Amino acid sequence: MTAVEMTLAQAPSIDLPAQPRKRARHLRSLLLGLVLPVGLGAAWELAVHLGWSDGRLVPPPSVIFATLWELARTGELWTHTQATVLRVAAGFAVGVVSGTLVGAIAGYSSLSRRVLDPTLQALRAIPSIAWVPLFILWFGIFEASKVALIAVGVFFPVYLGVMGAILSVDRKIVEVGRAFRLSGPALVRRILLPAVLPSYIVSLRSGLGLGWMFVVAAELLGASEGLGYLLMDGQQLGKPAQIVAAIVAFAVIGKTTDWLIEIAAAPLLRWQDAYGQQAGEA
Amino acid sequence: MLRLDQVGKTYPNGVNALERFSASIKPGEIVAVIGGSGCGKSTLLRAIAGLDRASRGTITLDGDVITAPHPKIGIIFQEPRLLPWLSVADNVAFGLDGLSKQERTARVTQALSRVGLADKAGVWPRELSGGQAQRVAIARALVPRPEVLLLDEPFSALDAFTRRDLQDHLLDLWADSRPTLILVTHDVDEAVVLADRIVVMRPRPGRLFEEIPVFLSRPRDRASALFEDLKRRVLTSLDQSLDRAVPDRQDQALTGEAMWW
Repeated sequence: MTAVEMTLAQAPSIDLPAQPRKRARHLRSLLLGLVLPVGLGAAWELAVHLGWSDGRLVPPPSVIFATLWELARTGELWTHTQATVLRVAAGFAVGVVSGTLVGAIAGYSSLSRRVLDPTLQALRAIPSIAWVPLFILWFGIFEASKVALIAVGVFFPVYLGVMGAILSVDRKIVEVGRAFRLSGPALVRRILLPAVLPSYIVSLRSGLGLGWMFVVAAELLGASEGLGYLLMDGQQLGKPAQIVAAIVAFAVIGKTTDWLIEIAAAPLLRWQDAYGQQAGEA
Repeated sequence: MLRLDQVGKTYPNGVNALERFSASIKPGEIVAVIGGSGCGKSTLLRAIAGLDRASRGTITLDGDVITAPHPKIGIIFQEPRLLPWLSVADNVAFGLDGLSKQERTARVTQALSRVGLADKAGVWPRELSGGQAQRVAIARALVPRPEVLLLDEPFSALDAFTRRDLQDHLLDLWADSRPTLILVTHDVDEAVVLADRIVVMRPRPGRLFEEIPVFLSRPRDRASALFEDLKRRVLTSLDQSLDRAVPDRQDQALTGEAMWW
């Protein structure tokens, strides 16, 4: 048996040039994903150019990029982006910290779970936008109410993710820690934390997604700056290109922040037995 | 010396899993505990490991009363239970605290090469086969140099070839420092190959039924007549422990390498 295992272990080192081939395959799938959006954009651009449509309500890509460029040139894009990013960052921070704490408490002790969870589940059922009027009364019409709304949006997925992750930690693995006489804090640090990390990262990412959703809601309901304000302003002044430009900015920043979490978490999750990684590794 | 004195366990749901179990186990002795399901063999092992507390009686190791996991007692479970986020080497080092880094690395390297997996130190547990993973678990349990090593059906999830391989390997490792081994199993072959003494238990409530000493010299030939005789004796005892009719010798000979559940 040992002999067989040895050969198996050495097999991957035989085809070493796997790295460039992998990269080529990656590039090809990337290009394939671009075919549809680029094709549609080009087709629409052509249609407007040939005069089949005036492109007033659905601006062609060139007009959108011109608008974006103009917004960037005047510095408007940066002020609005900065305002929005700061709101999301503040709300995300508050939501993550509170969601993690409450989720950890509810996951760790079944008494507090029975006390907390029913109420929190009831609160979660409320569409978060419904909080807006109340938050405006409580926190005023400026930053605090917006941050609070985003924090509420981020809180629930993080809370659920942390609690669920703690509850689903394998009892058998915890027992290994006990058999090696780990103290309570050591058990948390060496067993529970690493075990919950993968689903925690997932809950952070879905929390961030909701954070971006809620910042738009908050800004649509009244803001003097921010990408959501750009959307609103575009509607009121009849500038569809500005609306699409703001949407593009949202997409780019949202994707980038999500990607940042993914990148930051990747080294911590290399051990995972995930289907998607199998092809790349080994 | 590990002493069990009138050890009993009743679970909170009222199940009386173990009743008045007493035994003395000498250092370096290999004891196999075998019995039908519900005979309390796993309960017994978990009580010695300090993972569950006995409801009655006392367990002492060299005078220390066992109520919680003890530094001189190690355990190997049915599944490898490696921590998937640690490399193989870090898994082996998991139970090594309070040692210098060099000492720790040296011990881990030595333990891994002892189980034939020196080349796997850097890989993740998921890249191991079932047999390799269980060998890492054995290395992890042995590296703190326990005086007593408990094994809870350690090879039952493996295929027959790997199981044999690891049984022989375990004896080989045992010869290094000769810890006390207490092995819970439902595999009669395994009990006869490994043990100096086979403890047969009977269920509901779990209690000692018979102790069968094994006087075969090592290494034991699984095909020898003496081995077969002893196996038959254990099987007969198991059947009696369940008040089953004892099949005649002819039938039992046909069962060959029987697994006894």
